[in-house]
Amino acid sequence: MSLVTRQDAVVLGSVQYRARSLRRLLIVAGLSSILFLSMAVDLATGPANYPLTDVLRALFVPDSVPHQMRVVIWDIRMPIALMAVIVGAALSTAGAQMQTILANPLASPFTLGISAAAGFGAALALVLGVSIIPAFVEFIIPLNAFLMAMGAALLIHFFSRLRGVTVETIVLLGIAMVFTFNALLALLQYLATEQALAAVVFWTMGSLVKATWTKVAVTALAVVIAVPLFARRAWALTALRLGDEKAASFGVRVQKVRLETMLLVSLLAAIPVSFVGTIGFVGLVGPHIARMLVGEDQRFFLPASILAGAVMLSATSVLSKTLVPGAILPIGVITALVGVPFFFSLIFATRRRS
Amino acid sequence: MTSLQLENIGVRYGDTDVVSGVSTPVLRGGELTAVIGPNAAGKSSLFKRIAGLVKGPGVIHLSAAAQAAENAICYLPQDTSTTAILTVYESVILAAKQGSSWKVTGRELQKIDAVLNALRMTDIAGRNLGQLSGGQRQLAAIAQALVREPKILLMDEPTSALDLHRQIDVLSFMRELATRRNMAVLIALHDLNHALRYCQNVMVVVDGRMIACGATHDIITQDLLRDVYRVNARIERCSFGNSHVVIDGPIHDHAAMSVEDFAACA
Repeated sequence: MSLVTRQDAVVLGSVQYRARSLRRLLIVAGLSSILFLSMAVDLATGPANYPLTDVLRALFVPDSVPHQMRVVIWDIRMPIALMAVIVGAALSTAGAQMQTILANPLASPFTLGISAAAGFGAALALVLGVSIIPAFVEFIIPLNAFLMAMGAALLIHFFSRLRGVTVETIVLLGIAMVFTFNALLALLQYLATEQALAAVVFWTMGSLVKATWTKVAVTALAVVIAVPLFARRAWALTALRLGDEKAASFGVRVQKVRLETMLLVSLLAAIPVSFVGTIGFVGLVGPHIARMLVGEDQRFFLPASILAGAVMLSATSVLSKTLVPGAILPIGVITALVGVPFFFSLIFATRRRS
Repeated sequence: MTSLQLENIGVRYGDTDVVSGVSTPVLRGGELTAVIGPNAAGKSSLFKRIAGLVKGPGVIHLSAAAQAAENAICYLPQDTSTTAILTVYESVILAAKQGSSWKVTGRELQKIDAVLNALRMTDIAGRNLGQLSGGQRQLAAIAQALVREPKILLMDEPTSALDLHRQIDVLSFMRELATRRNMAVLIALHDLNHALRYCQNVMVVVDGRMIACGATHDIITQDLLRDVYRVNARIERCSFGNSHVVIDGPIHDHAAMSVEDFAACA
C-alpha cells in the first residue's frame, strides 16, 4: 500500500518528470563540457605538446600566441580535431536513428554493411582505379566510397519496405552485405599490388590525418541538414519506439517518417565513412551510451547521441596520438579497443544501479 | 453530437479480403459498442480501417462534431509490448504532444497528472514501460488514448491482460466517460458477460463480415453462441436483473479439439 496520499501522488507524476528532465538537461550539458575539454586536449596533443591555457588563448585570442603555434593549432590540428567531433556525431546520430526506425539495438552503419560497402568502393578506386562517376577523378576514393555506402543504405531501406520483411530479416540482410563486401574487398586485396594493398589496409582502419577544411565542411553540412530535421520529428521518432501501430494511432505517418529518416541516415553514414574510412564502433555504441544516460525521448536522446559519439571519437583521437609516443595509431582500431572496455563498464554500472 | 456510421467498409491484404461489406447503423456518442467474434474474424483489421491505418473500400461517415475534433478517431492497438526506455508518464506526454513543439507546458502536465490519477496509475507513472506487466502496459495504453481526447475510441481487447477487478474498473470507467464526453467507444471483447453488462450495442464479425449489429440483449442469444462460437450456452438473469451467459460446454463437432487424436500420436 502506498504511503503517499492521492493528492501527493498527483503532484508526484509531474514533479518526477520535471526532476528527470532537469537531470537529463544537466547530463547533456555535462557531455558538452566534456566534449569541449576533449577537443582542447586534442588540439594541445601532438609532436609539440602545448599547455591547455595556451590552446584556449589560441582559440579565443589568436593574436596573443606565437604565429607558429597559431598555425599548428588552427591549420594543422583543428581540421583533425573537428573532423573527429563531426564524424563521431554523424555516425552516432546515424546509428541512433537506424536503431530507432528499425527497432533494433544492433543496427548501425557498421553492422548493416554500409561501412563495408564504402570500404569496397574505396578499394575499387585504390586497386583498380575504377571510378563509379568518371567526371570527378580527383575525388575518386571518397566518391566511390560514398556511392557504394549510399547504395547499401538505400538497398536496406527498400528491402525493409517489402511486405512481410521483419526487422530481424533486415539485420540479417545487413550482415549478409558485410560478408559480401568484405569478400569482394578481400578479392581486390588479393589482386592488388603491394602499394595498393597498403593503401587499402590503411583506409579500412580509419584515419583522421587526411582531414581538410573542405572535408570538415562537407561532413558538417550533412549533420547540419539532418539534425534539425530529426529534431523537428522528435515526437514522431520517439513514438516509433512504441511500435508502428501505436505510432500510427498517435497520428504519425510511419512510412513517410521512416523513408525520410533512412535517407538522412544514409547521408550521415556515407559521407564520414567516405572521408575517414571504416570507424565501426561509434555508430553502434554512441547511441547506447546516450540511451543509458537519458532514455529514449528524442528531445534528450538526439543531443546525447550526437555528443556521446563526438566525445568518443574526440577522446579516441587524443589516445591515438598518445598511446604510442611519436606515432598516430589508426583511429578505427583505437575506437574499438578503448571503447569496448568502457562500454562494458557502463553496462555493468547500469545493471548494478537498476 | 458525435456519431459514426460505416458503409460498405472493407480491408484487403494482398489477394485476401480480410474484411468486406461492413455497414452499420449510426453508432452514437455516449454509447459503448462491443465488437465480438471468433479469433481472426477481422476485428482488428476493421478497427485499423476505421482509424485510417489501412486502406480499403467503403465510406466512414462522421458527424460534424466528430470531424471538428483535433483527434477525431483514436485506435488503441491490442499489442502493447515494447522495449522502449520511456516511463509511463513520458509515453502519455508522447501521445498528447504529437506534431507540436518540444516544450511541455504546466497546463499539459496538469492534464497528464489528471488522466493518470483518474486511472489510478500515479504509482507507476515513473516506471519504464518495459518493466511493467502486460496489464499495467494496457492501462498505460488506455491513458495514452484518453489524453488525446478522441471523439471516437477504438479499443482492441483493452482488458485482455487485466485482472478481474481492473477489467470491471476499466469498462465501467469507459461507460461513464463515454456518456460524459459524448464519445463513441467500440471495444473488441471476448468476454460476452462484459459485453452484456457494459455495452449498449454489439457488432458481430465473422470471417470478415458483419453478421449482426444492434442492441446487446437482442444480439447475444443462445442461437448466436451456438452458431458463431459453437458453444452450448444459455442467457440467464441473475437476482439483480442482469443478464449473463451460462456455458454448458463446447459443441463436439469436427472442429473441436480432440484428446483422442492427441493420444494417437503417443
